[in-house]
Amino acid sequence: MTKMLTVDTNPIDCYLRVDRIPHIWCAGCGIGPATGCFVRAIDRAGLNPDKVAVVSGIGCSGRVAGYIKLDSFHTTHGRALPFATGLKLANPELNLVVFSGDGDIVAIGGNHLIHSARRNIDMTVICINNFNYGMTGGQMGPTTPLGARSTTSPYGNFEYPFNLPYLVAASGATYVARWTVLHLRELERSIAEALAKPGFSFIEVLSPCPTVYGRQNKLPRGLDEMHSYQERSIIRDGADPKDVELSLNGPIVVGKFVDIERPTLWDCYQQMLTRASKPKKR
Amino acid sequence: MAEKAPKPVKVHIDVDRCKGCGYCAEFCPRGVLKMTDELSPKGYDMVKVVDETKCLGCGLCEAICPEFGIYLTTEEKEE
Amino acid sequence: MSKDGALNGEFFINGDIACAEGAISAGCWFFAGYPITPATEVAERMSERLPQVGGVFIQMEDEIASMNAVLGASWAGVKAMTATSGPGFSLMMENLGLGVMLETPCVVVNVQRAGPSTGLPTLVAQGDMMQARWGAHGHYEIIALVPDSPQEMFDLTILAFNLSEQYRVPVLLMADEAVGHMSEKVVIPRINSKDLVDRPRPKVAPEEYLPYDSREGLVPPMAIAGGGYRFHVTGLTHDDRGYPVMTAEAQDKLVRRLVDKIRLNAKDIIRYEEVNVEDAEVIVVSYGISARVARYAVQEARDEGIKAGLLRLITVWPFAEDRIRKLAPKVKAFVVPEINYGQIVREVERCAAGKARARLVPHMGGSVHLPETILEAIREEAR
Repeated sequence: MTKMLTVDTNPIDCYLRVDRIPHIWCAGCGIGPATGCFVRAIDRAGLNPDKVAVVSGIGCSGRVAGYIKLDSFHTTHGRALPFATGLKLANPELNLVVFSGDGDIVAIGGNHLIHSARRNIDMTVICINNFNYGMTGGQMGPTTPLGARSTTSPYGNFEYPFNLPYLVAASGATYVARWTVLHLRELERSIAEALAKPGFSFIEVLSPCPTVYGRQNKLPRGLDEMHSYQERSIIRDGADPKDVELSLNGPIVVGKFVDIERPTLWDCYQQMLTRASKPKKR
Repeated sequence: MAEKAPKPVKVHIDVDRCKGCGYCAEFCPRGVLKMTDELSPKGYDMVKVVDETKCLGCGLCEAICPEFGIYLTTEEKEE
Repeated sequence: MSKDGALNGEFFINGDIACAEGAISAGCWFFAGYPITPATEVAERMSERLPQVGGVFIQMEDEIASMNAVLGASWAGVKAMTATSGPGFSLMMENLGLGVMLETPCVVVNVQRAGPSTGLPTLVAQGDMMQARWGAHGHYEIIALVPDSPQEMFDLTILAFNLSEQYRVPVLLMADEAVGHMSEKVVIPRINSKDLVDRPRPKVAPEEYLPYDSREGLVPPMAIAGGGYRFHVTGLTHDDRGYPVMTAEAQDKLVRRLVDKIRLNAKDIIRYEEVNVEDAEVIVVSYGISARVARYAVQEARDEGIKAGLLRLITVWPFAEDRIRKLAPKVKAFVVPEINYGQIVREVERCAAGKARARLVPHMGGSVHLPETILEAIREEAR
């Protein structure tokens, strides 16, 4: 009736650096499920894992790079996108994935985010949004809801957060989606679509952070935050990114918001080369 | 709606990885898994399979586990 | 790779352009940069030339992005460079440290202008020399070359790429606005690919490959993204596997190797030029544009009967400690003209260890020394 086994091989282990598992993330952290979705999406999109390169920044989400068995780069805070830009331009055959957190990508990395989207460089950004800086103990960031508590907003956050899909879509991204880690199948499908699609793809993934954000905001267990996603989420594919801002207790609009076609940075670069005096391929 | 999975499914839990978050037990649509008061070797509250025959093989537990600590096999693949 | 796009012949060009052509001749295939006086011409030339040779030029949104893009390109297997000046150099520091920590070959050009801060954007100085050595946090060692002419802007850029590939370290080209913006004859020869260095590549199968294999000596072979090696590298202190390890032991092993990689190879890296030092009583130690003025002052001093000599540093880091130590007992003084208020003179003084005076001839920036100023110092020290 009751079964307890210590087993050797979860099929997903072939994509993990199992010599580093169990990972450092807290019980109930959503980064794990998001990573699982990502790994399954690689297969689903039919990519060659040898050509997938993952670049991350600093933070809990940034640690993903160290746990998956792909060419992976754990770079400096906020700078995963320009690092990935260099990798991609120097070898356009690589499938670039930037996997990092809200503070890393949107605060210190904010400038690189909007410029990468502007360029429509072919890469997929998976932005884990747990509404705070988790690794350093739960400080507020540019996605922390107005009024939320954090260690640097002990009386409640007095700043408005970004509406990330709106920001990234306005900057020029050609694929924009938001899911919570509870929307496992949709997230996996979205990541697979983004990986297969040329251009700048951005997927915001809402994740519980029970140890710091959750604990400071009346959601002490991961389950509490997951239940809150369950109650508040509405799937609205095709919603106008303008209308999907998040608040402390309001609705969470998830879905695929933007999926358009536009020449990528490399397309434009190739057109430029034909104008240069000696158009030569590498 | 089927009462059972098309083929019997085995639920494997890696007790060294489980951190007792409760997601698998909470979100399993069939109540196959339950949290217990027993502690894992690492000191976390452990989850247990309480009725494997109810398992549909939907794979939600496998996908939602933050620790890559659960996976499913169908009977032919067992040793 | 791009050598067939390289120039060949004699040209009348400024230092910035010569630097860009040196990169092209060295096989540089990627440039990411940001406009900043007086380095902008390097970027402009690269934007024109790289598409011609099939390479990639991109102007990034800031210097921080530029430095990171260069690192990324290097990890995709290509030779990559950026060029900036003081304010951008400061911005690049954190990620220069990332380059050191990941052991990424690349070249960073600083065409120095007067600081601090915005300073004199269009005018010469040499105020970033210590920053070149210590600008990123943590303890590390780096290589910095100092050209004294457009010709050396060309030659030393090639050397910079070679050293960076050989030692898997970012190499700094510490130019200055005078050398960057002056136009002179530059001879651009055909570069033999035998004279270009490539980073050591893995010799084992992917399953056995370790990104920082200590069995490989001080410079481990470098896999590149997309090669099937499935490696992980991190800016965190790491072990042979490239995995982060938070222990004092791992820190000791790693930092020692990163420093020793340069320090123990210093003899092969250090380069300088000497004029009339054999019997010198006063040696002028200088670098960059100041060395050109000093050369003239030393000649004038000789004409006056003073036994003066010139030690022109071509590598400033690692510093030519042994040479100074050897010369110190034989001379009355080292005269150090530099366009700052005393940076490399400290190294000279340290290595002279009291056996000779170290006389700074400072200049805050905005123009170069007058030869007479240096000559006066030589005269005083010779008495």
